[in-house]
This record gives sequence, C-alpha cells and structure tokens, in this order.
Amino acid sequence: MPIESTAEQPRVFSLSERLYPWVASTDHKRLGIMYVIAALLFLVVAGAQALLMRTQLAVPMNHVVSPAMYNRLFTMHGTTMVFLVGMPLLAGFTNYLVPLMLGARDMAFPRLNAFGFWAFLFGGLLLYYGYLGGGGLYGSGSAPDVGWFAYAPLTERAFSRGSSTDYWILGVMLTGFGSLASAINVIATTLSLRCPGMNLSRMPLFVWLMLIDSWLILIALPPLNAAQIMLLLDRRFGAHFFDTQAGGSALLWQHFFWIFGHPEVYILIFPAFGIVSEVVPVFSRKPIFGRQAMVAAVVAIGFISTSVWAHHMFTVGMTSISNAFFAASTMLVAIPTGIKIFNWLATMYGGKILLEVPMLFCCAFIFHFLIAGLTGVMLAVAPFDWQLHDSYFVIGHFHFTLIGGFVFGMFAGIYYWFPKATGRMWNGKLAKLHFWLFVIGFDLTFVPMHFLGFLGMPRRIYTYAPGRGWELLNFIETVGAYVQAIAIACFVINTIHSIRKGRRAGGDPWDAWTLEWSTASPPPEYNFEVIPVVRSSRPLWDLKHPQDPDWKYE
Amino acid sequence: MSTAAVPVPEDWHPPDRGVVGIASFIVAEAALFLMFLIGYLFYLGKSLNRPYPAQVLKTPVFITICLLSSSATIVLAERALRRDAVRRFLLWLGATILLALIFLAGTGLEWRELIVDDHLTIATNVFGTTFYSLVGLHATHVTIGLIFMLIVMIASLTGFPVQTQERRIRFLSWYWHFVDVVWVFVFLVVYVIGR
Repeated sequence: MPIESTAEQPRVFSLSERLYPWVASTDHKRLGIMYVIAALLFLVVAGAQALLMRTQLAVPMNHVVSPAMYNRLFTMHGTTMVFLVGMPLLAGFTNYLVPLMLGARDMAFPRLNAFGFWAFLFGGLLLYYGYLGGGGLYGSGSAPDVGWFAYAPLTERAFSRGSSTDYWILGVMLTGFGSLASAINVIATTLSLRCPGMNLSRMPLFVWLMLIDSWLILIALPPLNAAQIMLLLDRRFGAHFFDTQAGGSALLWQHFFWIFGHPEVYILIFPAFGIVSEVVPVFSRKPIFGRQAMVAAVVAIGFISTSVWAHHMFTVGMTSISNAFFAASTMLVAIPTGIKIFNWLATMYGGKILLEVPMLFCCAFIFHFLIAGLTGVMLAVAPFDWQLHDSYFVIGHFHFTLIGGFVFGMFAGIYYWFPKATGRMWNGKLAKLHFWLFVIGFDLTFVPMHFLGFLGMPRRIYTYAPGRGWELLNFIETVGAYVQAIAIACFVINTIHSIRKGRRAGGDPWDAWTLEWSTASPPPEYNFEVIPVVRSSRPLWDLKHPQDPDWKYE
Repeated sequence: MSTAAVPVPEDWHPPDRGVVGIASFIVAEAALFLMFLIGYLFYLGKSLNRPYPAQVLKTPVFITICLLSSSATIVLAERALRRDAVRRFLLWLGATILLALIFLAGTGLEWRELIVDDHLTIATNVFGTTFYSLVGLHATHVTIGLIFMLIVMIASLTGFPVQTQERRIRFLSWYWHFVDVVWVFVFLVVYVIGR
C-alpha cells in the first residue's frame, strides 16, 4: 500500500477519510467490489427471508409467520434475489474484470458507471423502505406482497392499498436504470477500449458473454420499465392499462413482464457461463474446447431467449398455436446450451484437472445446471406444464438454475478472482467446507421440491394440512436450508479473515492466461503500466512460453 | 504481449466509445417505445365508453411537419459547427428549438381540446390511457432534447467555446433524429392506423 510506505509514522484515518475514496470513486475496480459487497449483503437479507419461510413450512400448520407476512417474505425474497443480488453480482464481476481482461485502464464511461452503482443501491434501499413506508396514507400494507412478478390485477389500487406496490415499482425501476447504465458501459468498453491486437476473436469468453448479456439487458429491461410506468400510471393517475374492469387486460402485464422476465434468467446465467468458461480451462490446464462454437452458442441463446417468454403462461389459456410455438422455441434453447455443456466437458477431458475450490464449484455448476436444463425441457412441454405449473416442481427447477447455475458460478468466480481483488489467498479448508456444506444443503433443499411438486404442493402457500405426504420432504428441505446458511457463514468468516490475514497471493496464483493476471494483485488504479498488445486469445501464455506461443497456431 | 516483441498493429482503430454508447442508449429507448406502441395497438377498439379515436382525433399535420423539419435544421447546425461557423450554428440551433417549441405547443393545444371539449382524460377509457401515455412519453423525450439544446444555446451565447464540442453536438443530434423517427411511428399508429 502506498500510504504505509510513504507515511513516516502510522496515521489513524477517520471513518469519513476511509469512506471518501470509495463513495466518490469512479474506478471500475472499486465500483466492482462495492457491487459485489452490496450484493452479498442483500444475499444475506434475502437468505434470511428464505430461512424464515423454510422454518414456517418445516412442519404442517406452523405459526412462525402470519399469512400476510409470508406473502411479503416470498415477494421480497424473489425481488431481492433477482434485482439486488443477481444483477449487482453480475455488474460487479463485469465492472471489475472486463477492463482488466481487455487491457484497458477503466470502463468507457467511469462516471456513468458510478451512477449505475448508486442507482442500484438506492433502488434497493427504496424497495426495502417499503417495510417502513409501505402503509402510505392509507396506513394499510407494509412491504410489497404481490409476488416478484407482480401479476395484475392484484397490483391495482383496489387490491393493493397503501404504497407497497409503488415502492416495488420505483425501487425495481431505479435498479433497472442502474443496470441499463452498466450495460451501455460494458458494450462501449468492449467494443471501443480493447487493447491493440485484441480482436473479437481473441477476446476472453467471459467478455464475450458479458457483451451479449449487456445486449440482452438493453432490450429486455426497457419492457419491464415500460410495464412498470404503465402500472404506476394505473395506480396514481387512474389509467386503465391493467384494470380489467375498464377494458384493461391483466394478460398484457403477463406478456410485458415475461418479455423482460425470460431474457432476465439468461441475463443472470450468462455471467456464470462466462466464469465457468474462464475457470474450467485454467484448472484443466487446457485451452477451452471449441471457442467459436461457445461464442456462437451464446449468441444463439441470446437470440432465442427473446422469443420464449410465454412458456411462463401456458396455463392462462393461449391458443394452441401459441403454445406450440413457445414450447418449440423453449426446447430449442437446449441445443446451444447442450453445446456449451459438452464443450466444458470436452475441455476437462484429457486435461490435468486441479480440484481447487473454483473448479469444484464449476463441476457442481455443470452437474446441477444440466439437471435444471432437463427439468426446463420437461416444463417446456405444455401439457406437462399444465399439470405442474405453480407447483413446487417449478420452484425446484428455477432454484436449480439460479443457485445450482448462477450462484455456483458466482462462487467459482469469487474464489477464482478473490486473490486478484484482495491480493490475499483464502483459507482452503474453510472454502472446501463451504463448498461441501453448500452443495449438500442445496441438494437437500431443492431436490425434494421436485417430488413435492409431483405430490401436488402448490407454491406460495404459507402452510399446509398434515396427512398429504408432504411432511417429511418439507422437513428435509428446511434442514437443507439451515445447512446452506452454515455454509454461507463459513464463506463470510473465510472472506473477512482472509482479507486481513490470508497469505499473499502474488500476481498470478493460478498460472492463468488472461490479461488480468499479468498485473499486480490487487491491480493498481491504472491497471497496466504499459497498455498490452495481444496476438492470441491466451496473451499471458504467449508471454510465459515465448518458445511456443499460441499465435503460431491460431 | 510485450511491446518489444510485438509491434502495435498499425490499423488499430476501435470505434468511438461515444458512438457505441449513444447507439446502445437509442436501442434501449427504442425497446421502451416499442412496448408503448404495442400497448396502443393492443387496446385499439377496446374502449368500453366514448370518446373513440375516430370521433376526437385530428391529424396534426402542421406540428408533424415542424418536428420532422427540425431534423433537417439540426443537421444544418451540425454542419455549420464542423466548419467553425458558430453564428450560423446558433441560428440553425435556434430554428430547431423554435420548431420543437411549436411541436410541444401544438401537442399542448391538442391535449387541451381533448380534455376540455371532448372530456377525454387518461382515466376516461383505455383509449385515453394509451393515447396520453404514448404521446406523453414522446413529448417527454422532445422536452428532454429541448432542454439539452437550450443548455447548448445558453452556454454558447454566454461565451462557451461550443466549437470544441462538435462530437457531443453530434450525439445530441442523433438523439433528436431518434425522437423524430419515433414520432413517425407514433403518428402512423395513433393517427393513421388507429382511427
């Protein structure tokens, strides 16, 4: 640290002196770290909400929370996990890594970047302010309780008194503006700030994924904002967009929401794809298998993902042609996704696999995400969906994609780049404990959900009567939820401990190949002393092996 | 990787970050307007009570001509700035501002007539709901563009060297073209198809 070396005697910094460089920062690395920390804090909050729900459902006819509070819990849990954990985590990784991987000194628009972060953070606080101010002038209602997809007409004034739904609209809309700012920034950075020689064909896969991801954000988030503006007009100005009594349509909200909502799940999974595509090659000691196919697959997923939204709506009674179209387009996603999974496996095949913790999370990712994809194909079959829609099978399915897919990928990324961001190595034993407890807890919680769905348990019920055969599975799920909580505690302890006491990691602890490992850990504010020039997709390999560089073969 | 081993590629010209940024922004805005246009088309003929579009809407020919020609005047302003003719730039920028003001005034008069004479508000029926939100969203964008142009105007008149900002003026002009193109679609949907 420059401060320690230049100051003659150690000086105590006041809190505001220590906070100022963070609050006023436009540095992509600081913003990235702030995004990740804020997201992890919201993860703990939303995780606690999930624990409360699981505690309530542990045994039949339980009375831990009231029905109204349960509604608020699942609404806030879902909204938080998607908009305040998922989106900022991906924004954090992107902010931190994209300039470093491209050999740039910062993002294209540093101030816009800071705006994006603060818009997200205050959007999140506005959403949570609902717990205090949600009653509004009516004095009825608390936090939002309309579910994370806020179906009309329950969100109309007649059914949602007070201001809770308005806080949902405004809070989420503000985080959406932040995501849009961040997406525009990533696209401009990727296209304009690549270091000399960094063609699109040499760009790291993570950056490729985030480029397509930002494109999806660009076309998927405005529809949500449009629908939310309409809803706000309905609630505050007496408009009738979703007001069924005056000719409005509740169905239109569903379409508008899922036109955003389905691309959103790909927006969340792409960064995980990107991280796995970076981690698996390094820990298999092989270049990624089928680079071009990987890029083509993600572009294909990006395209298809904009035309699958109504598979969330098979049960609302669309025409059979619509059902057939959306079933077919949804199944089509399985093809490029399958290409990606096979390419990761082919990268591992014949490699010298190092089972470090990031790689363990990647293996867990591939396994669980495959299952999530398979149940997704099952749900794409419209008649199957008629049977299991809004049951715990769906809950099991999407938690497999979002935890087994997204969160496992994020943890792989956190463990992989933690030494880069902090300059310290984490504790291996605690990290392995975190991994095993988390995976076991995850499977205990979410595998039984599929079977509960088959047994007819609907989602979003606050309790259930005994004697339906749901007791044992529900109890196992709750046990699993607590095991996951212990795992997260291991992670938090490990992080806090390792930031202070972990051993020095050095610039390149994993012997990796992308540009971020060519600079110091943590990187200086200017990232690279000399802007690098690259000639292959593994520039650091070329540097380490001048006798056998990649560019001879690419 | 190191500069010694590999010479810098001579023809390394990545695109201007501002161009990419403003283009991305316009894509997002287009997605936003698309949803309101879809909403308008979806609710055509679904109003449960009067007034209906055919009874009250008049084709706003004059203000449409004004708005579309403001795209030409801002291009002339840009061209003047590129040749360092600041006075001519201000003249054409002033013309653009004037045309935008006429457009907004025309919209205001149209709304006044609809509200006062025809008793159509946002709460009357789904026609009122979709009409005021779509046209209002567009008018909001016109207003935002107008504010930016006024900032440029006032800054240049008070001595700011506007010729140094040729690139940013270009982005403002792109935004303005986008707002005009959106009006073409709004016009087609509301006043041609929707009646």
